[in-house]
Amino acid sequence: MESGLFFNITTIAYFASMVLFFAYIAARTSTLAFFATLAALAGFITNTIALGLRWYESYQILGVDGRAPLTNLYESVVFFAWTIVLIYLLMDLKYKQRAVGAFVMPFALFSMVGAQMWLNAGIDPLVPALQSNWLTYHVITCFLGYAAFAVACGVSIMYLIKIGKEEQHKGDAPMGGILGLFPPCRVLDDMNYRAIMIGFPLLTLGIITGAAWANYAWGTYWSWDPKETWSLIVWFLYAAFIHARFTRGWIGRRAAWLSILGFAATIFCYLGVNLVLSGLHSYGGS
Amino acid sequence: MTETTKPQNADDYADKIWDFFCSLKLTIIILLLLSILSIIGTVLQQNAPAAEYIKEYGQSNYELFVKLQFVDMYHSWWFIGLLGLFSVNLICCSIKNFPRVWKFVTEPALIASPGILKNSANRLEATSKDDRQQLANRLSALLKKEFGSAQQSEKDGKLYLFAQKGIYSRFGAYMTHLSILVIMAGAIIGNVWGYKAYVNIVEGTSTSQVWSRNGQVPIDLGFTVRCDDFDVSYYANSRRPRDYNSDLVVIDNGQEVLHKRIEVNDPLTYKGITFYQSSYGSAGNPFFQVKVTENATGNVMNMKASMGQPVNLPGGYAFAITDFTAEGRFGPAARVNVSTPDGRRGTPFMVLKDFPEFDIKRGGKFSFSLVDYKEPQFTGLQVAKDPGVEVVWLGCLLMVFGSLTAFFFSHRRIWVCLEEDGGKTKIQIAANAHRNQPGFSLAFDELKQKLDAAIENKSSKKEG
Ligand code: HEM
Repeated sequence: MESGLFFNITTIAYFASMVLFFAYIAARTSTLAFFATLAALAGFITNTIALGLRWYESYQILGVDGRAPLTNLYESVVFFAWTIVLIYLLMDLKYKQRAVGAFVMPFALFSMVGAQMWLNAGIDPLVPALQSNWLTYHVITCFLGYAAFAVACGVSIMYLIKIGKEEQHKGDAPMGGILGLFPPCRVLDDMNYRAIMIGFPLLTLGIITGAAWANYAWGTYWSWDPKETWSLIVWFLYAAFIHARFTRGWIGRRAAWLSILGFAATIFCYLGVNLVLSGLHSYGGS
Repeated sequence: MTETTKPQNADDYADKIWDFFCSLKLTIIILLLLSILSIIGTVLQQNAPAAEYIKEYGQSNYELFVKLQFVDMYHSWWFIGLLGLFSVNLICCSIKNFPRVWKFVTEPALIASPGILKNSANRLEATSKDDRQQLANRLSALLKKEFGSAQQSEKDGKLYLFAQKGIYSRFGAYMTHLSILVIMAGAIIGNVWGYKAYVNIVEGTSTSQVWSRNGQVPIDLGFTVRCDDFDVSYYANSRRPRDYNSDLVVIDNGQEVLHKRIEVNDPLTYKGITFYQSSYGSAGNPFFQVKVTENATGNVMNMKASMGQPVNLPGGYAFAITDFTAEGRFGPAARVNVSTPDGRRGTPFMVLKDFPEFDIKRGGKFSFSLVDYKEPQFTGLQVAKDPGVEVVWLGCLLMVFGSLTAFFFSHRRIWVCLEEDGGKTKIQIAANAHRNQPGFSLAFDELKQKLDAAIENKSSKKEG
């Protein structure tokens, strides 16, 4: 399949981007950051092409039963990589804090490598329950939300590294070394919050479209199966984050920890539920 | 002593309770508690038969689970209680804060306080030779075009303008909070006045009763549903089902009122009750259409047979199909027995549907071919009546719009103060936004140039 080739190129581009971001932080040459961002953009474009091609190929293989490439674990993971880089590039447009790439691109790279090493890339026909437009809306909104949380998590890790060093570092002189390139803590904290503000409504939409789909297929919009429950747990955690921030002034370190906890719960909701817990949800072992 | 302090204590007490229910600390604690407690039901299987728990965890643990209601935790008193506390918290909080927010609508701050004029992050100060009203008119016109229509007022000899934008965003959080209550109300309505049930209908038969999913109690539909046909279609060259379909007919008061071919993800709804295609299965013996040729005469007879039932042939002979498989090595295959007029049974032989000429070679008195067969199936339907579902969707809609307005819009206000100062007019302008201050500062910087131009009565283009 052609799309496989493009997914390989995507993986290589994300890898190059990550290495260049690391090199940028180590060598502090802004040219490196430029090329790192360029590699991320190139990877994003090939990722887009690969998804498009896979869509087209599904029609070639399955005829009229072709469908958007968002229906099994492999497709969802490569789509997750795509959404992470999309959200990252959008945040980069606004904040222009290049060092952040070193903490976000690894998530995208892990996804691509994981999908290609361990997951079945075959294009199989769908069981009847999955043949629904709601599935497409559900996957798109959920994963855009997850991606925003991934960016928030990366930024929070940077924040915790930087604030720890900053508190030891006395005086007004700008910090040298690797941390000098990190955005100021204030900016990192703001980015964390902004990313979650983007992610939360998307997760809300993701849960709602999932409920709508379940209602259409089985007549129950909510049945407390482990996947649904975990998505609600994630939602509760980020709702707590937002309230703690708005009204109790939880910023900085506590907000960063809550954001990391939220993302850990997100990943558990996405992968852990299928690997660790039993459930009815479709992205099972297949 | 006690007489005077007691009511005060009671008041204190009431205040404390009220504050407890209003507090945001409680909200955060509840949200975190709900997250943690919800995990139990994802680790421990819910509503499984008792034997399964006992096998896995032992008798005494099982009894503990039952006592703690862990086996159906999302309906336990403590989980529902926590959700109830959550709603009370939400309602109290809104009652407490709403009047303060409503004041922004009923009593807009038309007159800027000296504090705002001096300390606001977004300010502009200027003097002009023009008189107050001229300036007020020019600035009003500009604000109307760029920001929002301005209200003019006068106090202590100073002239004030006030304009605002996006006041609705102050209500985003309330809309979000209301939406949670609406969704919960929808869920309660569904639980009290609705039901979840299932029914299996054999093709060609009908039913007016369904079975509740928990408890297996029969529920009368008040009308009849007939299944005319059920089909499974498969993907080409595979045993993977592509779709299940049932032809359903609704019969109400003896009339066929609704006809629909339902499939997975495409249900049928009648009088608020919805039928979802969910499963299927075999319902009893297959029946067959057989072509029998009397070899001596060439006489052809089309006959129907059902499994194991003898069918009479001319001359006192009879045949019966004694075995059948739809998935034999050569396709669908039936085992046929022919009995003679004196009642002796002959040797059984195979008839293959995909090879209709095959049986001629056997050279008996009759030769058989299998034209068609039908294995009766039942269609498994989930049946749901949920009068609360629309309320839930309304709540979801509210939630989406509410959280978007709460997160991404802000209430922005501008004040202008014009003061006579020794033949000249002193102009002070201040502005703020209740959220996203950095973004608003950028927007204000742009507006500032236009305001400057309006003060100097030039078009803004000429300003460099
Ligand atoms: C879990 C779902 C919830 C969501 C999505 C949500 C959303 C929000 C949002 C977006 C805000 C920001 C409002 C602003 O700054 O103007 C907010 C504020 C607030 N929330 Fe919630 N909320 C939720 C649950 C609750 C609950 C259960 C309470 C109960 C006490 C609560 C109490 C408050 C209060 C008091 C504020 C501050 C309002 C103000 O500043 O005027 N929230 N909420």
